[in-house]
Amino acid sequence: MFNSSIEQLPRQELEALQLDRLKKALEAAQRTPFYKKQFSDNNIDISKINSLPDLRKLPFTTKSDLRVSYPDGMCAVDRNVIVRMHASSGTTGKSTVIFYTRKDIEEWSSLVARGLYSSGIRSEDVFQNMMGYGLFTGGLGLHYGAEKLGCMIIPSATGNSLKQIQLIQDFKTTAVHITPSYALHLADVINGEGINPADLGIRKAVLGAEPYSEATRDKIQDIYGLKAYNNYGLSEMNGPGVAFECEELGGMHIWEDFYIPEIINPETGENLPDGETGELVITHINREAMPIFRYRTRDLTRIIPEPCGCGRTHKRIDRMKGRTDDMLIISGVNIFPSQIESVLMNIPEVGNNYQIVVDRENNLDKIHIKVELYSKMFHGDIKELDSLRKNITDLLKSTIIVTPKIELLEPGSLPPSTGKAVRVIDNRKI
Amino acid sequence: MPHQLSIFAENKPGKIEKITGIIAEGQINIRAVTISDAGDYGIIKLLVDNPERGFELLKSENIAVNLKEIIAVKIEDKIGGLHEISKVLRENNINVNDSYGFITEPKKEAVFIFQVADPIHAENILKKEGFSLLSDRELYLI
Repeated sequence: MFNSSIEQLPRQELEALQLDRLKKALEAAQRTPFYKKQFSDNNIDISKINSLPDLRKLPFTTKSDLRVSYPDGMCAVDRNVIVRMHASSGTTGKSTVIFYTRKDIEEWSSLVARGLYSSGIRSEDVFQNMMGYGLFTGGLGLHYGAEKLGCMIIPSATGNSLKQIQLIQDFKTTAVHITPSYALHLADVINGEGINPADLGIRKAVLGAEPYSEATRDKIQDIYGLKAYNNYGLSEMNGPGVAFECEELGGMHIWEDFYIPEIINPETGENLPDGETGELVITHINREAMPIFRYRTRDLTRIIPEPCGCGRTHKRIDRMKGRTDDMLIISGVNIFPSQIESVLMNIPEVGNNYQIVVDRENNLDKIHIKVELYSKMFHGDIKELDSLRKNITDLLKSTIIVTPKIELLEPGSLPPSTGKAVRVIDNRKI
Repeated sequence: MPHQLSIFAENKPGKIEKITGIIAEGQINIRAVTISDAGDYGIIKLLVDNPERGFELLKSENIAVNLKEIIAVKIEDKIGGLHEISKVLRENNINVNDSYGFITEPKKEAVFIFQVADPIHAENILKKEGFSLLSDRELYLI
């Protein structure tokens, strides 16, 4: 194990550590404008939080809380001790921002290293990180973790499949971090080059950033002749590395020295016992710059109550079963239909109805957005329509990052906006 | 100045049928038709004997339609007929956007119809050069 004393810490000691860190995090949270107000509005006396079940007395924190706290209403330290920020796109323009001190970055890196080790990655591995670098946590998070573990990192980022193949061949890549859909697409490109993917010598894949099925995992394993492991993370909880699958492949260990997981009924907010499926709620108890309590992830899963054969004492969470909201994950990028709607509704030439259609073609996600032309804004000019289509594409791309294909439709051709109009049609089979 | 109907339509079977059905029901006669296609969608242009009425009818059916000013010039139906007017347009730096033509009297007369950015300016120049422009009434009664 990467850190066996922590990873195998007896439950009682682990829970004592959690309580100690929870209390410290609560004290730090008093320094943030957001929690100061939230605690006082809800009459929370943090000195009365004396056991782990007492955590349930705290209100939930939601994505919209992070948004209204933009840019630093949840920050517990001075700006000058922050060494990094990441951000994810919000549902309506404003991003949600996460801050890290030097200690936070180092500990997050160790956490990712611990997870990678549990998935069988070792310092001898050449680790090609095919994830987006930048504000998105997926690229840099794994980068620092794999470097901490001692791997040779190839920061190849996303896209440019031929270059990826060349790097794999020239530097003898043995492990990759990749989205499942891109792994399948890349396999097609590799085959197209007359190469058998299994001959490349990649032995491990860390799959993440989007939901996928066991069947997809099997397919990726067969095509490349490798072992693939699931991992879970979200930027609000640092990014990747929150939970990692060990070599027993029986769910992902959530690192409880950093996180306290709860499962709730998403409708009522009530806690559910281990083993039952509900919404995952996580408290980050070990981040200096930004403690977050009872964060509603909107991801549906369950806690696997049985101990794991690997000997780690940290609880496992099951493969994500879906979301409680309408978030779409397109090529690893999180997109809310409301983001698309707010862009469309600000374009005068677009009518009130629209439809989002998601397909997977050649293992790549494609998003088609059907919009109705607003009759009064039609001037009978075909060039104007072409530039309108380009304009809609550009505006959406700058908001949702991925490039949609825009279809202009006649007025009245989509189901009307009243009632329960089906706005999103997801044809992907995952 | 004459007008034609410009109608937005998806590039799918049945679209022309729907539009011409509305036009026919309104007792409107079509003089000419062209379609410019841009892949998934296109614009159907109809020269009809009552464009205002056609416009109102299509609009009431929630169809994206626009009345576009056009220029209709009589030209001789002979070799070089179109070339003569093209020369005048070029000399005056007038760019033709969309155009089509049809014969009204074989071997004698044809009509050249086109759209330009500034129709009034183009009309004045053509009149000055001695071309015979068709009024909306004349054009619709062809």
